[in-house]
Amino acid sequence: MNNRLINWFKYASPQSFYPLAGKMIPWFVALATVFGLAGLWLGMVVAPTDFQQGEGYRIIFIHVPASWMSMFIYLVMAFWAALGLAYNTRLSGMMAQALAPTGALMAFLSLWTGALWGKPMWGTWWVWDARLTSELILLFLYIGFIALQASIDDPRRADKAGAVLALVGVVNIPIIYFSVKWWNTLHQGSSVSLTKSPSMAILMLWAMLLMALSFWMYSIAVALYRARTIMLERERGTEWVREVLQQEGAK
Amino acid sequence: MIGMIVAITARDLKLAMRRQADIVSVLFFFIIVASLFPLGIGPEPQLLKKLAPGVLWVGALLATMLSLPRLFADDYRDGTLEQLVLAPQPLGLTVIGKVIAHWLVSGLPLALLAPVLGIQFDLEMDALFILTVSLLIGTPALSGIGAIGAALTLGLRGGGVLVSLLVLPLYIPVLIFGAGAVDATVTGMGAEAHLSILGALAIAGVFFAPWATAAALRISLE
Repeated sequence: MNNRLINWFKYASPQSFYPLAGKMIPWFVALATVFGLAGLWLGMVVAPTDFQQGEGYRIIFIHVPASWMSMFIYLVMAFWAALGLAYNTRLSGMMAQALAPTGALMAFLSLWTGALWGKPMWGTWWVWDARLTSELILLFLYIGFIALQASIDDPRRADKAGAVLALVGVVNIPIIYFSVKWWNTLHQGSSVSLTKSPSMAILMLWAMLLMALSFWMYSIAVALYRARTIMLERERGTEWVREVLQQEGAK
Repeated sequence: MIGMIVAITARDLKLAMRRQADIVSVLFFFIIVASLFPLGIGPEPQLLKKLAPGVLWVGALLATMLSLPRLFADDYRDGTLEQLVLAPQPLGLTVIGKVIAHWLVSGLPLALLAPVLGIQFDLEMDALFILTVSLLIGTPALSGIGAIGAALTLGLRGGGVLVSLLVLPLYIPVLIFGAGAVDATVTGMGAEAHLSILGALAIAGVFFAPWATAAALRISLE
């Protein structure tokens, strides 16, 4: 165990993860800013106007990364939930709890930008299409998760109950992804594919990927920040929290 | 194994029969909700016919959801649930027994009542038949999935509202295919595909969800 480069289990305790998270946050913020600026520049300035959709298509540079992140964060949340249930680690539940509001934000952003895009393109704010509906269900799942955790006073029980809910809800993620194929409706198929060459211009693809990276880094930074706060709150009776607070108070 | 399920089901049924008012009030909730829609929408038969599958399915869904807290709450309050958790038999089997009993006193009567309400909505004979069949297949899934929510919210303040937040999103696939089956019959497309998927959801709901429910119960009781 000790001859490994990093002993991962060391960071499973809030006491040692707290300073590590503090050191990582500025890096992720910086990466999010760099990727975000590059993506916005490529997407808003360099990328040409779409001949069919005009300037309005540029909203996909927010919409698509937000949708991806909303689904991805749920998976990460379920991963932490499973880890927490299996190994009974305190940190896992905190991470799941810290991720949920960001995931809900992404789902909301995805629906909101989708509505803004849909109005000029489809002529309607909202259609009861499978993908939109499943994104809405995903938002409901996030809200259910947050509500469940908020109503349980004992944090350990809140973590575990949330974990069961997250794992049950994760069944929803494949439904979202494959719904395009299952119900053939108004929403256009996915434009980015791993198997065939993408149907969108390579420049736009780059802008979108950069934005997705930026969203990703932002989510990590915010989740870590929130996790740090949760750690302090939950461990407020312990010695290390008192030391941390004294140090930060001295600055 | 089967004996355990049967014993739990019989016990829960006996308890439910001692409190018949609870069963009847859920059914009347269903009737009232279904009767409110024509009053709100207007009496045009064509419109009502179009809305009937969705309205009746949503009504059945809400009625099932309202009856969920009963699933574990009484046993939790008098300590029976702790004894069941401590019992040597797997907790999942206990949950299956309870889910079956819950379905017998909520899902089954709802499914049998639905065609009567369907007549109010001017549904044809075959649509009424499919409505009953789809509810018969679909409501076990509702009981099974709902048990997870009931177990998670056990003993929490505001449990009733919370259960709806947790469970209703998970009910959506059942609703889509259940109401879809009736709708497909009304439009003459045939309901087999919808009913097959509904059957798959019901099997998953009755045989897989109880294990998640068992995990949730252990968390709620620790």
